Amino acid sequence: MAWKKIKSVLPAGSYYFSGAEAIAEGAIAAGCDYYAGYPITPTTETLERISVRFKEVGAVFMQMEDEIASICSCIGASWAGAKAMTVTSGPGFSLMQEGIGYAVMTETPIVVVNAQRVGPSTGQISVSSGDIMQARWGSHGGIPTIALSPWSVQELYDQTINAFNLAEKYRVPVLIMAEAATAHLREIMNMPEEVSLFDRQKKPGAAPFGTEEDDGVPPMPSFGEGEKLLVTGSTHDAYGVRKTADAETQGNLTARLYNKIMNRKEEIVEYEGYYLEDADIAVVCYGFTARSSQFAVDRLREEGIKVGMLRLKTLWPFADKIVKDVGARVRKIFVPEMNMGQIVGEVMKYAAAEVIPYNQMNGQVIYPNTIIEELRRLS
Amino acid sequence: MATDVKQYLRPGVSLPFCPGCGDRILLRLILKAIDELEMNIDDMLFVSGIGCAGWIPSPQFNADTLHTLHGRAIAFATGAKMFNPKLNVMVISGDGDLADIGGNHLIHAARRNIDLTVICANNMNYGMTGGQVCSTTPLGAVTHTTRGGNPYRPVDLCKLVNAAGAVYTARYLVTQGSELVSSIKKALETEGFCFIEAISPCPTQFGRQNRLDTPRETFKFVERMCITKEDAEGLSPAELQGKIVTGEFSNGGS
Repeated sequence: MAWKKIKSVLPAGSYYFSGAEAIAEGAIAAGCDYYAGYPITPTTETLERISVRFKEVGAVFMQMEDEIASICSCIGASWAGAKAMTVTSGPGFSLMQEGIGYAVMTETPIVVVNAQRVGPSTGQISVSSGDIMQARWGSHGGIPTIALSPWSVQELYDQTINAFNLAEKYRVPVLIMAEAATAHLREIMNMPEEVSLFDRQKKPGAAPFGTEEDDGVPPMPSFGEGEKLLVTGSTHDAYGVRKTADAETQGNLTARLYNKIMNRKEEIVEYEGYYLEDADIAVVCYGFTARSSQFAVDRLREEGIKVGMLRLKTLWPFADKIVKDVGARVRKIFVPEMNMGQIVGEVMKYAAAEVIPYNQMNGQVIYPNTIIEELRRLS
Repeated sequence: MATDVKQYLRPGVSLPFCPGCGDRILLRLILKAIDELEMNIDDMLFVSGIGCAGWIPSPQFNADTLHTLHGRAIAFATGAKMFNPKLNVMVISGDGDLADIGGNHLIHAARRNIDLTVICANNMNYGMTGGQVCSTTPLGAVTHTTRGGNPYRPVDLCKLVNAAGAVYTARYLVTQGSELVSSIKKALETEGFCFIEAISPCPTQFGRQNRLDTPRETFKFVERMCITKEDAEGLSPAELQGKIVTGEFSNGGS
C-alpha cells in the first residue's frame, strides 16, 4: 500500500506555533529523518528547533558549511533511504538551484522550504514573494518541480506533510514557497489525530529511471539494497547508464520528467475559491497576500461590491484550468504580488478577462486597505 | 598474486580513459585494495564528481555509485553516510573537483571527521575540458589558460586536509602501486576521514601542452618532481620548491 495513516507525533489539539516551528513539526509528522541546513534569517528557528527535536525523535540533523552542501547532502541521504529536507531563504535558495536540477534529473524526493525575503541579493530579511519564477525556472534545463504556497501557520504544517507525500509519489523535489511573514507569524494551529503518508515505492530489480509509460514514475531503490545503482545527473537510460551523446535518450528522459508532472496537474494542483460564484472582479493571489486579499473581499462584500478570490495553494504546476475558468466568468482579475509581477504573467496567459497587476516590493506585506482601495477603483 | 579486478567491473562497460591515463592505473589499484581486504563491494557506495576521475567508479564499478554535481561529491557522500552509517562510502574524484570547486566541502568533511575514504586523482589540470590550469598545476606549467606558464603555486592538498583534521592522509604517484594499494587498504580500515592524493599523470592534456610528447615522458616528468617523505626531511623550503612529497602524513591522529 502506498498510503498509510499514522498517529500524529505530537498529541492532537491546539498549538500556538510560529510558522518556522510548524515547518519543523510538519516535517517530523511526515517522517522526515534527515535534515541538513545552514543558518539564514528568517528560517533559523526551523534549523534550531529541528536540531533539538531530531535528537528526541532519533533522526539525523546536519548543519552544513553552506546551502549547496545542505541540498547535496539531502540528495545523498534520500538515495540512502531518507526522507530529507532543507530549509532556507532567498540567497540560500539561489545557491541550491543546481542541486534542485540534480534532484529533478535523478528523480530524488526532497523537500526544500524557501521562506522568501526581499531581494535581489542580500536585500532585507523582510517579506517578499520574489522567488516564484525562480521556483519554476531557476535551475537550468527548465524541467518542472512542484511548488506550494502556504498562507498560514496551519498550512505551513499541512503543506510540509503534503510536500513529502508529493515528493515521494512523483519522485521530484517539492518546493514550499513560504514567506518571511508566515515563517515569523505566530498563531494557533490544530494538530490532527492522524496524518496520511505516502511511502516510497520499491520494486527490486526494476529500472529506477524508466517506465513503460512515457510519463511514468519509476520505483525507487536505495543504496545498500544490492541493486548496484547508477545514479547520475548526466543523461542516462532507464538503468542509469550514462548516454551523454545520445539524442533519443535525452529526448525521452526530459519528456518523461516533464510529463510525469504536467500530465498529473489535475491531481497535484490545489486552490481555494472564495465568493467566486457571482464575482465581477476576482483577486488571484497566494501566500500572505491572500490574507490581506480575503480581508479586502470580506469588507467589499459588506458594501455589496461583487469581488471574489482565487487562492493558489499550488504555484507550480500552474492552476491554468481554474484561472481560465474564472477568467471567462469575471470582468477583471486583480493580481497583487510582493514582487514586480510574476504570477500575473501566468494569469494573463490563461485568463480572457482584463488582468490588472499590483506590485509592491518594499519588504512590507500588502495591507488590506491597499487592496480595498485598488479594488474600489476597479469596480 | 595478480588480482582479477574484472570481477568488480560492471558487465558491458569499456574503460573511457585516454591512452596512458593515470586514472586507469588508479582504478585497478583501488579494486586491488578492495579485493585484498576481501570487502563485499555490495556494501560499498562510490561517490564521484564531474571530471575524468569521476568516471573511475561510475559506471565502471559493479556497486552502488553516485555520480554527482561538479565539486559536491563529498557533500552528497556526507548525507548518505550520516543517514546510513552501515554504508562503506568511498569518494573518488579529481583535483579540480575536490580541491578547486569543492574545496570547502573537503575542509569541512575533514573537520567533522566524517567516516569517508576520499581518493583524489591529481592530474594537475582540468583534463576533461581540455587542459586548463587548476589549484594543483605546478608553478610555470603551460595549460590552455596559462600559455606563458602558471603564475601561481600549487596547493599541498595533504597539508590542507591534515590541518582540517583528517585522521589519515597519504600521497603517492600511481606508479607506486604497492604503496598506494597498502595506503588505500589502510584508509578503508581506518575509521574517520581519510584522504589519499594519487598523482595521476595526464599525458593527453597536461603532457601535450608541456611538450611531453609521449605518456612515458609525462610520467617521467612527474616522477622527477616526486620525492619521498624520508628524502625530503631536512631539506629547506627553497630546496623543496616544485617537489611533490610522497608518503603517509598522518595516521590515526598519531
